[in-house]
Amino acid sequence: MMRGITLCALAISVAAPVFAEAAEGTSPPWSMADDYYDADEMAEARHHVLTHHGATREVYVMADRLELQSSDEGDALVWDGNAWYGGDINKLWIKSEGAYSFDADEIEDAEVQALWSHAISPYFDLQGGIRYDLEPKGRTHAVLGAQGLAPYWFEVDAAAFLSSDGDLTARIETEYEFRLTQRLILQPRVEAELSAQDIPELETDSGLTSLDAGLRLRYEIVREFAPYIGVAWQGSFGGTADYLEAAGEESDRTMFVAGVRTWF
Amino acid sequence: MLHRRHFLQYVAGGAALAGAGALPAWARSSSEGNLGIPALQGNRFDLTVGTFPMRINGRATDAIGVNGTAPAPLLRFREGEEVTLNVTNTLETDTSIHWHGLLVPFQMDGVPGVSFPGIRPGETFTYKYAVPQNGTYWYHSHSGLQEQIGHYGPIIIDPKDADPVAYDREYVLVLGDWTFGDPDCLFAKLKKHSDGQNFQQRTVGDFLKDASADGLGSALEDRSMWGAMRMSPRDLADVGAPTYTYLINGRSTADNFNMVFNPGERVRLRIINAAAMTLFNVRLPGLPMTIVQADGLNVQPLEVDEFQIGVAETYDVIVTPQVAEAFAFVAESIDRSGQAVATLGPRPGMRAAVPALRPVPTLTMKDMGMDHAAMGHGEMEMDRGADAPEAMDHSTMDHSAMAGMDHKAMGHAMPDPHGPEVQMVSVEAPVTRGPGVANIAAMPVTRLDEPGIGLADVGHRTLTYSQLRSLDPNPDTRTPGREIVVHLTSNMERYMWSFDGVKFSEVTKAIQFHEGERVRLTLINDTMMPHPIHLHGMFFDLVIPGAEASGHLPRKHTVIVKPAEKLSVDISAEHVGDWAFHCHLLYHMAAGMMQVVSVLPSERAMPMADHQGHEMMDHSKMNHDEMGDEGMKP
Repeated sequence: MMRGITLCALAISVAAPVFAEAAEGTSPPWSMADDYYDADEMAEARHHVLTHHGATREVYVMADRLELQSSDEGDALVWDGNAWYGGDINKLWIKSEGAYSFDADEIEDAEVQALWSHAISPYFDLQGGIRYDLEPKGRTHAVLGAQGLAPYWFEVDAAAFLSSDGDLTARIETEYEFRLTQRLILQPRVEAELSAQDIPELETDSGLTSLDAGLRLRYEIVREFAPYIGVAWQGSFGGTADYLEAAGEESDRTMFVAGVRTWF
Repeated sequence: MLHRRHFLQYVAGGAALAGAGALPAWARSSSEGNLGIPALQGNRFDLTVGTFPMRINGRATDAIGVNGTAPAPLLRFREGEEVTLNVTNTLETDTSIHWHGLLVPFQMDGVPGVSFPGIRPGETFTYKYAVPQNGTYWYHSHSGLQEQIGHYGPIIIDPKDADPVAYDREYVLVLGDWTFGDPDCLFAKLKKHSDGQNFQQRTVGDFLKDASADGLGSALEDRSMWGAMRMSPRDLADVGAPTYTYLINGRSTADNFNMVFNPGERVRLRIINAAAMTLFNVRLPGLPMTIVQADGLNVQPLEVDEFQIGVAETYDVIVTPQVAEAFAFVAESIDRSGQAVATLGPRPGMRAAVPALRPVPTLTMKDMGMDHAAMGHGEMEMDRGADAPEAMDHSTMDHSAMAGMDHKAMGHAMPDPHGPEVQMVSVEAPVTRGPGVANIAAMPVTRLDEPGIGLADVGHRTLTYSQLRSLDPNPDTRTPGREIVVHLTSNMERYMWSFDGVKFSEVTKAIQFHEGERVRLTLINDTMMPHPIHLHGMFFDLVIPGAEASGHLPRKHTVIVKPAEKLSVDISAEHVGDWAFHCHLLYHMAAGMMQVVSVLPSERAMPMADHQGHEMMDHSKMNHDEMGDEGMKP
């Protein structure tokens, strides 16, 4: 846990100077009012008007999924959220997801990512940074990914992870929104996990290791707050499924979900 | 001196107010005699900017206004006089007042960081200027987002000579859009989820309706074209109802702003769009309007049933109700998510029937600078000479955006319908492509002969810019020596707005005019939205194809540029100084759609030698035929 926090702090301190966007060059772009008013006051006001028209920064926090999952295997609380700080082009992103099992009374999965995000096109950001797994086993990964809006309104988040043990994995998430009314929205969501190699200690084989497909129906009471219900299916494949079956677990399950999507 | 009938009206209003007890003016209802906005007149004004509570639509809210009212008091000047305005700031942040449309010395123009440092908390700043013009104008804050929550008010300048417009009584109608939330918070929400304030998106139900009406294939093709571009045909306004409550003189429909008339009177309505983000469709069902003034300058009378008014524009109209009935004055937001309705009736306290909101308009591929037939096929097949835009001006064409197009099919073989009379040098900065620019209009066209977005099919007479002619002859009819082309650019998804792909925060050099020069400014809208573009300190002579030689072009301080439109305005650069130039949609400006135009004094001016970092292109000497039927073809 401490390692994760330290890594986040490190990422922030490295990232901070990059936010500075030069608003004014060596010679001011205009200065005729300096003949009528104090030149220093004008310089300050000029800097202010420039930065406040295009270089403002925002803080964003979103719980995309904060939900209870219920299946034959038991119940779990799942979170999948992110936050960012920055301007139009450069942002610091924090992403976290995980699951708490009520039956086992423990956190089964949890990870946090700190990413530098840079807009590379009108609709896509390139993101790079680190991921720290709080559960299981405290692994650290280097992350390189792309996030954005693909044609036909598909939200896409794809990333590759290189762990401190040298294992290469990847994750691709995509979401779409069917607007049933202005506030009632049906959202299909698919998340696929891939691995370049067999990782016995994680009980993961190479290839497509797992797939998570969900259908969530949310109602936006306000845009910032929407409760939802839905169904999700999780399955494992190939050797990964074999690991699970060998341990006496099902390789796939269907769940009912209920939760909230909220942001500010 | 006041006209007698004006005087009578104000006396009547004042007497009613005096009887209304201790309530401040803004809190009184129309039945208590509040027929308008409190008025101040003379040569010397003391204005105090402050924050105070008020009620809108029955709901408590906090406003920033002047002398305890929002909208701010009506200031009444007389042409030819000099006025002094002492503005005291009682806010905890800086403030300012810009005199919109007034030809003041630039250091009195009131834009912090451009023409003065701003007014600090506790400070009193004295504006002093001569008033060389007459008409309907307005004033507002140019600091932060104060304009959103009440810091705006009307100005009437009475002519020193006889008014060419005859009228029996007059009303000022200041249109606004109110948010009960914090404007900075609203801007932040747009930055995070740019479509979040739009509650009129197309739904699955709309798809099924279209599929049953036009066939499944057609509905799918339409969705796929918009989806491929990641743009919404319902992107008419960034913010609509219910976030906004629309206002007339600070009153919602429920608050029913009241105007009275005697049948047969000529009633002059001075309509000012002081909204932060909302273009309005204005009409009085059953009552035609004669437009007599636009942006403070008289125009040749023109009768219409409806017009669209851009943010910061003003129109004066005359209505002559003949029957003793209550008429609705309707200001409907461009996206038709809401409206504000006032009553013009023969007695105070009447309530006109409120018309239902009309169906939401849907944008077309024309609004994206694409023709429907050419979209969705992966390449441009513009083999349609007859459909070529009417007024394609090759001297100013955007060649940077033309890669991948067949020049011959775009109409190069056609003669320019307006002749080659303008042989000026065109200065066009290459648009900075990047995350902030989602689209470049491939075929921008003139749309001056179209009414406002959504008004083409309303079934009655609507105003088009091309119908407007100034009443007075244009003071300067010189042919411009230079043309400066500016693209209006955006990425709606990231809520980035800019000129030429450069946000104001990234600007390193102002646009430069030279004192005494006549310059043409050509605006190309590469976005899906109409933008009311405003240049401080100068009027735009709107270049209407076919009417250039009329000598009566309409002159405006603010001009709406429609989606995918290309329009030109001619400007006489008379007043030396640094002048703000921006989109008057407040959050577009805040996001970066702003620049400064420096009018350099003639002794410092070096016309033609200064390229401003722009590419210099003399199109008159360019051989378009050689430019590439081969080279530019896909």
